[in-house]
Amino acid sequence: MRTMESENIIEMLHITKEFPGIIANDDITLQLRRGEIHALLGENGAGKSTLMSVLFGLYQPEKGIIKKNGQEVKIHDPNDATALGIGMVHQHFKLIEVFTVLDNIILGAETTKMGFLQKKEARAKVEALSERYGLKVDLDSKVEDITVGMQQRVEILKMLYRDNEILIFDEPTAVLTPQEIDELMTTMKEFAKEGKSILFISHKLNEIMSVSDRVTVLRKGKYIGTVDAKDTDKQSLSNMMVGRPVQLEVTKAPARPGEAVLDVRELCVPSRSHKKNAVNHVSFQARAGEILCIAGIDGNGQTELIHGLTGLEKSSGGTVTLCGEDISHASIKHRGANMSHIPEDRHKHGLVLDFTLEQNLVLQRFNEKRFQTHGFINQGAVREYAGQLIEQYDVRSGQGPVTMARSMSGGNQQKAIIAREVDREKPLIVAVQPTRGLDVGAIEYIHSQLVAERDRGRAVLLVSLELDEVMSLSDRILVMYEGEIVGELDPKQTTVQELGLYMAGAKRMDRSGKEEKGA
Amino acid sequence: MKNQGRTLLQKDGTKTVLASLLSIVIGLAVGSILVLVVGLFSDNLGMVSAWEGIRLIFFGILNTGRNTSGSLTWGFNPQSIGNMLFRATPLILTGLSVSVAFKTGLFNIGAPGQYLMGTMVTLAIALGIPVSALPSPVIWLLAFLGGVLAGALWGCIPGLVKALLNINEVLACIMTNWIAANLVTWFFDANKMFQNTVENTKSSYVYKTAYGRTMVDGVWTYVDGSGVQTAKLGLNKIFPGSQVNAGILIAILIAIGVYILMIKTTLGYQLKACGSNRHAARYAGINDKRNIVLSMAIAGALSGAGASLYYLAGNTEFFWQTYQSLPAAGFNGIPVALLAANNPIGVIFTGCFMSMLNIVGLQLTNLTAYNEYITDVIISVIVYLSAFSLLIKMLLSRRKKDKPAKAADSPAEVNAVEEASAEKGGERA
Repeated sequence: MRTMESENIIEMLHITKEFPGIIANDDITLQLRRGEIHALLGENGAGKSTLMSVLFGLYQPEKGIIKKNGQEVKIHDPNDATALGIGMVHQHFKLIEVFTVLDNIILGAETTKMGFLQKKEARAKVEALSERYGLKVDLDSKVEDITVGMQQRVEILKMLYRDNEILIFDEPTAVLTPQEIDELMTTMKEFAKEGKSILFISHKLNEIMSVSDRVTVLRKGKYIGTVDAKDTDKQSLSNMMVGRPVQLEVTKAPARPGEAVLDVRELCVPSRSHKKNAVNHVSFQARAGEILCIAGIDGNGQTELIHGLTGLEKSSGGTVTLCGEDISHASIKHRGANMSHIPEDRHKHGLVLDFTLEQNLVLQRFNEKRFQTHGFINQGAVREYAGQLIEQYDVRSGQGPVTMARSMSGGNQQKAIIAREVDREKPLIVAVQPTRGLDVGAIEYIHSQLVAERDRGRAVLLVSLELDEVMSLSDRILVMYEGEIVGELDPKQTTVQELGLYMAGAKRMDRSGKEEKGA
Repeated sequence: MKNQGRTLLQKDGTKTVLASLLSIVIGLAVGSILVLVVGLFSDNLGMVSAWEGIRLIFFGILNTGRNTSGSLTWGFNPQSIGNMLFRATPLILTGLSVSVAFKTGLFNIGAPGQYLMGTMVTLAIALGIPVSALPSPVIWLLAFLGGVLAGALWGCIPGLVKALLNINEVLACIMTNWIAANLVTWFFDANKMFQNTVENTKSSYVYKTAYGRTMVDGVWTYVDGSGVQTAKLGLNKIFPGSQVNAGILIAILIAIGVYILMIKTTLGYQLKACGSNRHAARYAGINDKRNIVLSMAIAGALSGAGASLYYLAGNTEFFWQTYQSLPAAGFNGIPVALLAANNPIGVIFTGCFMSMLNIVGLQLTNLTAYNEYITDVIISVIVYLSAFSLLIKMLLSRRKKDKPAKAADSPAEVNAVEEASAEKGGERA
């Protein structure tokens, strides 16, 4: 190890970080070489974010030391980390929405003269950086008005502005389009070439394979190993990550679509933020026995479309017919009679976090005869039902049915929602980003569940932002762009690139399905 | 299973109780310091008085007065304890009112207004129905139910405004409080018949309900002793000399009822679901608007019940010129609920504790040269601290030197490991 010291810019040696009752990081060693892109791979709950939080000074480890250039350093808070040249792009950006891009970049590192801001110098520096790395940003726009991709570039510029040489990217691609992902990868490689060292947290194997030099795998808080990316492949990485062989591709028989279960005609849903319709005259059918996917970049009306369908928001026009019944203006409860809904935001809509798991599992059903007598909850029946779902769907939690939903991992929270919704056995399953933020093992499971439901003759309406998921899981793809459906594609006959063009609004079909030029 | 060492101390419920007890102890300690400081700097008082004052603050409820040599005597004081229970009755109910609303995600600062409306309707019914018309238990029941209903309707207003117009319930509650205060004043001002003219040493008081509306020589008059009074059920034998009556038992029963409602019924389940996560409740098809109104109606009904039980005692009188002040019993429901961490059963005890402080204040006035308002300081310190009870709970949790997890980017990740390690305490880092 002594011989390697010169080449490692950061060493985290034998880091142990405990939280009451659990060990989030158990004796983890991570060595980051100068000028490399080092991926940190692991499932949710593997301890990646905790480890990075230790490096960034948000947590203090119980055991272990951190060395920079071979010298032991103490990082008590993010200011120490910044002083050591460590910068981090968080998964959820830390930007002030009502500030301009420039203000956000210089915030905390302002150049001042006698207490007055010297924005001119700052602007010059940011502009130079922006030009040099091709990070296009509009310095005078407010953050709330720019795209997510640009917000990320702002975060990156923040690190560059502070002359950071160690850059941490926490799941940076989750919010980007395929084209933006490619750009980010190029930028990352350029940084590495210039001698900056990059730590890249991800569980997307494609990206890791394409960009990183070495990969460190964590599992359940333990260090599994570090491998050279060129000596490994996706399958063996995912096996290391999950601890068992994982099926990466969705296996499914060809769909045998039946009758239309859901018929949406000219649906309009008003937008909350602007005067235009968020969903503008959208028409489609979802048929029994098929997985219909609504693809698109986040914020193109998918959320509002689903809210309009499920009744969370009122539609302003058009009709929705479910199982032959017009539900355009029906209550949420009424719609629930034939529709189950795996919501986009599991914390906002999916769960009551301060309820126990069993209380959450009967969220729509507590009024059914088996769960109540004369308004009194049948505690025994609820417990029994919850136990059955927990076992059948392998929902893991500390204390079984009485675990607080809040204390469960994201993956198991999602599994609980899926168990609840699938078990309601409704003809239509609306699944919005059902695998967001989940790890390979959980994704595999959820995909197989959705395929199984399809094969049982249910209509599955999937909204996904993940292209891999869209391509592998769906039987039919509708692309949404600015509130309209701009294309219907067959996943077997299209490419990710083509899909990306539709998503970005560069291509669109007319209503008969023909490609329009110059849209 | 190393977590066998996970003692009672680490349970969430225990921490809540400890946090409340800590608030109480600190409050009493601050009161004592005040007593000491006032004692040392006052000519009438002194070290001895200060020491007496401090003892009274902590144990005043067990004081039995002074003996012939002038020193304080201690023991079971049935009068103090009985009065404590009597005064606890409305506090328990307003405390329940606030805590039910809290549990459903609403801040019912409108308890004073609901209390006043309950008072008005209760008194109007109890004093308005001639004693000859109905048997007095029936009048009592009608007056009680009327008070409950009035409170419920008054509570509905902020509920409706919140549900339909999305106006913050705190604003609406404050406004309805003052509307109630003026409405009540106007009502008793306009209806002169309720104004107590028999005991003409006082003005602006309404008859006690012990006075019954009776026709004497063709004129409606109020006759003492013929009106309605809450039954004593032998409690006056146990606590002779006190005002205690069956109202406290009714309050305890209602508290148990609320507990069952919140824990065991589908209605409570829905109310709590709306309170903890309105979006999720809506998503699940629960009518969140109806539940907000319902929750405020229940809260209002409880405050109204508190007022009814207090004024139906027969020996309590109502000062009707309320337009400048709101009843303390309404506001004190807030600390009662906070201190009990919104647990309906806990409210019984915190309600008693608050009324005990009240009694202690009287003891200080009667037995020493101190002013009873010292207990108001204690109450305010406790209220202040109980608002911090979450913080205190967090400090109790943080026996390790961890930084709070506020900076954690991904608490779910931490929790996941927690669950992966198979044994787990249900608390977050």
